[in-house]
Amino acid sequence: MPLAVPPELEKEIDDRITHYPVSKRSAVLPVLHHLQHHFGYLSEEAVEWTAAKLELEPIKVLEVVTFYPGFRQEAPGKYHIRVCRTLSCAMAGSYELMDSLCEKTGIDRSGVTHHHPIAVSGDGNFSIEFAECLASCGFGPVCMVNDDFHEAVTNIDGLLSQYSK
Amino acid sequence: MSGISYKSGRVPHAKEHRVVFRNIDRVGWDSSIATYLGEGGYEQLKKALALPKQEIIDEVKKAGLRGRGGAGFPCGVKWGFIPPTNTKPVYLICNADESEPGTFKDRYILHQDPHQLIEGMAIACFAVGANLSYIYIREEFPEAAKIVEKAIAEAHEKGFLGKNIQGSGFDLEIYVHRGAGAYICGEETGLIESLEGKRPYPRIKPPYFPAAMGLYLCPTIVNNVETLCHVKHILEIGADAWAKTGTPNNTGTRILCVSGDVQKPGYYEVEVGKVTMGEVINDMCGGLKPGRELKAVIPGGSSAKVLRADEVFTVGRGDDARQLTIWDIPMDFDTLAACGSMAGSGGVIVIDDSRSISWVLNNINNFYAHESCGQCTPCREGSLWMKKITDRVVAGKASPSDIDTLYGVAKNIDGRTICAFGEACSWPTESFVEKFRDELVSDTRPELEGAIVNAETLTAAAGL
Repeated sequence: MPLAVPPELEKEIDDRITHYPVSKRSAVLPVLHHLQHHFGYLSEEAVEWTAAKLELEPIKVLEVVTFYPGFRQEAPGKYHIRVCRTLSCAMAGSYELMDSLCEKTGIDRSGVTHHHPIAVSGDGNFSIEFAECLASCGFGPVCMVNDDFHEAVTNIDGLLSQYSK
Repeated sequence: MSGISYKSGRVPHAKEHRVVFRNIDRVGWDSSIATYLGEGGYEQLKKALALPKQEIIDEVKKAGLRGRGGAGFPCGVKWGFIPPTNTKPVYLICNADESEPGTFKDRYILHQDPHQLIEGMAIACFAVGANLSYIYIREEFPEAAKIVEKAIAEAHEKGFLGKNIQGSGFDLEIYVHRGAGAYICGEETGLIESLEGKRPYPRIKPPYFPAAMGLYLCPTIVNNVETLCHVKHILEIGADAWAKTGTPNNTGTRILCVSGDVQKPGYYEVEVGKVTMGEVINDMCGGLKPGRELKAVIPGGSSAKVLRADEVFTVGRGDDARQLTIWDIPMDFDTLAACGSMAGSGGVIVIDDSRSISWVLNNINNFYAHESCGQCTPCREGSLWMKKITDRVVAGKASPSDIDTLYGVAKNIDGRTICAFGEACSWPTESFVEKFRDELVSDTRPELEGAIVNAETLTAAAGL
């Protein structure tokens, strides 16, 4: 089934493509960002839609989707949490933060692998993954929930209560 | 800085010298163009538009501004690499992919003072003759991307971007391009590939500089956020005055980002070379945590070689040779290089005696194994092997000779890859093994020596 892109989203995408007057191919990342933001992840249909939009072979889009850790091919939870795993945050307790978040949201990370880094809670409300350096190393542990950024996270209940609905 | 006050808990330290971070955490400051214009914003751009382009490039060269992203390459010299006979379009890209572990400075500029960056970029674009420019912002900064796009729209509206800027005849469009979570996009040719819509595989050198051949095979300048902000200040006070801050060949100020085992981690803008490691840790950051001793410092982002707390460093040559302890090291490009490491991106990670060196190195190796782009075999395989070996060390499943293997793997990556990621991923292992071999070996188990290395045998031998 072809991807159902709402007209207003397509207009935003068309506008974004004009930022690359020399080569439409340059718009691959921004188009994928728009689609992922709207649909939650990038399906095969999203890849094909992007390829058609930018007049590229689908493989040229798929190779981008599979390379960048910021693109997902599986649906995340309603609230997607990214916990910084890298050194300064790990020293500040990010592994412990990951464990607590999993416990409180009922997420089982035992099936996580390099190619499937995201684990989703049973109710689909939350998903979680480790991210590499989120660039706030002085104020760890750091995480993102969807587009929101949180530093020095110690009050986990307080954090999750913002995303309870 | 009279008349400026800062938010409680974020007041700059007395040893700081705020230039680029002047408005960060400032009371009454916001990211709007009205606030920026209220303090002389875009005046330097107006001044620049009336100058001969070469004069601006010469000022930046004379100031001695070195890139703040990692390599410390002189900015004006980089600009000068655009072939004089060039007839193609020229592009300028601001590298806001800030992703070297330990570095967290660009975030604050993008969030709190975006017009400073846009003004610096516009001046730089005018100087190198670029009419189209991109800010490559890492995907993990969605809020920053929105703020910068709003600032760009404001600058457009006021006639500081777009067609015929301030009646000068100079046209410039700046667009935000968002990355997608890959560290390798910080490498300038990888960044360019990414901006072309491809996997960010760094390009084969030569040409060594995208100024010769970059975006769409045209001359392209890639500069860090902090570097481009400095361009505005060089124009404002002149190269001579600007170069009076800092120390010779290490001019100006730079932002140090301190994280890890100190009382008050954070960002500190200092004159390059005017403060020592001891002043940074003990004065600015309030010292180590109670009862703890310094074990090591990674001085310039996680790919910089580690410095051991009890090392004595010999710097300078001949009559100028002198010995320094870790506490005495002036935080500048040349001294840190002479100490066998680098100033890199300014990310200082402090490690105290509560930390296991094996655990620290393993965390770093996990990062680089995850981020290798996979293009060159030594790096793709080697970064993963290094991670697997240190995984074993921390799990208590390694033998002493594994540490030699680890070192050998690192030594076989360094210098054998297309881009500097090879060095970035191998230098931590090389330096940790060279300086902390005994501790690493103490985490291994001699009884596993010679065990046939397959998972089952190893697990059985380790009694796990």
